[in-house]
Amino acid sequence: MTLTAPRTTPAEPEIRPVPPRKPRPRFLRHVLLCAVGAIMLYPLLWMISSSLKPSNSVFTDESLWPAAFDFGNYARGWTSLSEPFQTYLVNSLIIVILSIIGNLLSCSLAAYAFARLRFRGRKLFFALMLGTMMLPGHVLVVPQYVLFDKLGWLNTYYPLLVPHFLATNGFYIFLMVQFMRSLPTELDDAARIDGCGPFRTFWKVILPLCLPAFATTAIFTFISVWNEFFGPLLYLTDPQLYTVPLALRQFMDSEGQSQWGEMFAMSFLSLAPVIGFFIAGQKYLVKGIATTGLR
Amino acid sequence: MTTLAPARTRRRQDRAGYLFLLPWFGGLLFMVVPFFASLYLAFTHYDLLTAPRWAGLANFRQMLGDATLHQSLRVTLVYTVVSVPLSLIVALAVAMILDRGVRGLAIYRSIYYLPSLLAGSVAIVMLWRYIFSYHGIVNDALAWFGIQGPGWATDPRYALGTLILLHVWTFGSPMVIFLAGLRQIPAMYYEAASMDGASPWRQFRSVTLPLLSPIIFFNLVQALIASFQTFTQGYVISNGTGGPGQSTLFYNLYLYQKGFAEFDMGYASSMAWLLLVIIAGFTGINFLAARFWVFYDN
Repeated sequence: MTLTAPRTTPAEPEIRPVPPRKPRPRFLRHVLLCAVGAIMLYPLLWMISSSLKPSNSVFTDESLWPAAFDFGNYARGWTSLSEPFQTYLVNSLIIVILSIIGNLLSCSLAAYAFARLRFRGRKLFFALMLGTMMLPGHVLVVPQYVLFDKLGWLNTYYPLLVPHFLATNGFYIFLMVQFMRSLPTELDDAARIDGCGPFRTFWKVILPLCLPAFATTAIFTFISVWNEFFGPLLYLTDPQLYTVPLALRQFMDSEGQSQWGEMFAMSFLSLAPVIGFFIAGQKYLVKGIATTGLR
Repeated sequence: MTTLAPARTRRRQDRAGYLFLLPWFGGLLFMVVPFFASLYLAFTHYDLLTAPRWAGLANFRQMLGDATLHQSLRVTLVYTVVSVPLSLIVALAVAMILDRGVRGLAIYRSIYYLPSLLAGSVAIVMLWRYIFSYHGIVNDALAWFGIQGPGWATDPRYALGTLILLHVWTFGSPMVIFLAGLRQIPAMYYEAASMDGASPWRQFRSVTLPLLSPIIFFNLVQALIASFQTFTQGYVISNGTGGPGQSTLFYNLYLYQKGFAEFDMGYASSMAWLLLVIIAGFTGINFLAARFWVFYDN
């Protein structure tokens, strides 16, 4: 796929200086945009507000600003599941951090080979990599489950971690390949003349320059692993090993007892890191998603 | 370097390349072997305890008469056919409004993008379920207009529609891609068009749509593939049952029930392959149709 404008380095969308047409009714446009914005944010605000209301008033107190505040939801919710909530937070954090390390390591190695090294079979392997990106995950689920069962890995974190150390997510490789290709090849030549082999060139020259691509990968990995439900549901049965999404699910079983306040409190806690990461890294995030769409 | 014979340099480069690809080769094994194993298992009966027994086409024949499977296909198809175009249209419309250079663009863009990051999380689906429950805020809002709404998430007629709304709510990520694409259309095309007296609608049809078509196509293919694999939404809104009345029984949820609750691994594998064929079919039709509407300007 090629685009109208020649693609150079991944650029921020704001490159076109002049809007195509004279901006017309600005005021109406802002009204519309704000209305859409309100719809987008309302459910989240409602969640935060409900997490601060006494459980019995979640559905009777309609205003976003609670009539009565009940911060106890957070304290009660923290201990209302089968394990204290810090267990789930720590479990999720361990898995997320190791997944990020795994993805950064394995995908950057593969990306460097695809982007900067010339070797036999490179094109074929690259095509295979793109092919695995297209492959829907559910086709592999059954045999992978059988394999992990045979290895005795059920109810451990291995099934959730090992694939990340083996660069199985082609999306991140592709993102890094695109980024590395935009770096000038003179860098490699200079490093070679200075006596660097491929590994030192990779480590000393390319890696430091790829920090933006790594940040994007790290943030995307964080968000997707943090939110992941299917894998943990499949492989973890011991509540002590549960991740945050599996833990939240337990609220559904105890529905009759109207623990809504507690449920929303813990739900919000589970989203807070993602929202935090989003606010901190949104420049990279938006760039990352925009450039991967442009091929 | 010049002292080395070319063949040796070559071999060195090969070795370096393969060394760097080592983890990926491991991962490839991790995907290719299960890929073929899954194809084999699709033609067997396998309960994980005893060895797989060859069953020929039995699983596929069983699928023909499996009403639950047909229902799950219907749910997934309706969900895809309604929610994918709807969310793409909203995404494009909002992207075009934002592209006209508004003040506060970055803020709007962030606000619209945020929900799509949270979309797959259990917390959001649970939240959705309560917002659309009988006493939820949606019905409170309707009550202002004197309408008594149903329990959206618990009524078989509306449960899937509720999830479609959830999908549309997450239009942010295709929107960001559209926005980036719109920015690449040279302004002079629009200037030329308006000099020729083209109306805004005409400009949209004759300039924006053709030049944006590769990106529309990309978004469409991505969204279709993702939509066919929906799982969490159906699982969480129905507490794993696919209810009420199988109305949110997504294909992958039924596959999960068959494979990992009933341990009918052979049947689950053949289901996976049917879905693969369906996705490939849809994507293939998409690529064929693309010849007629996707426009590459070079």
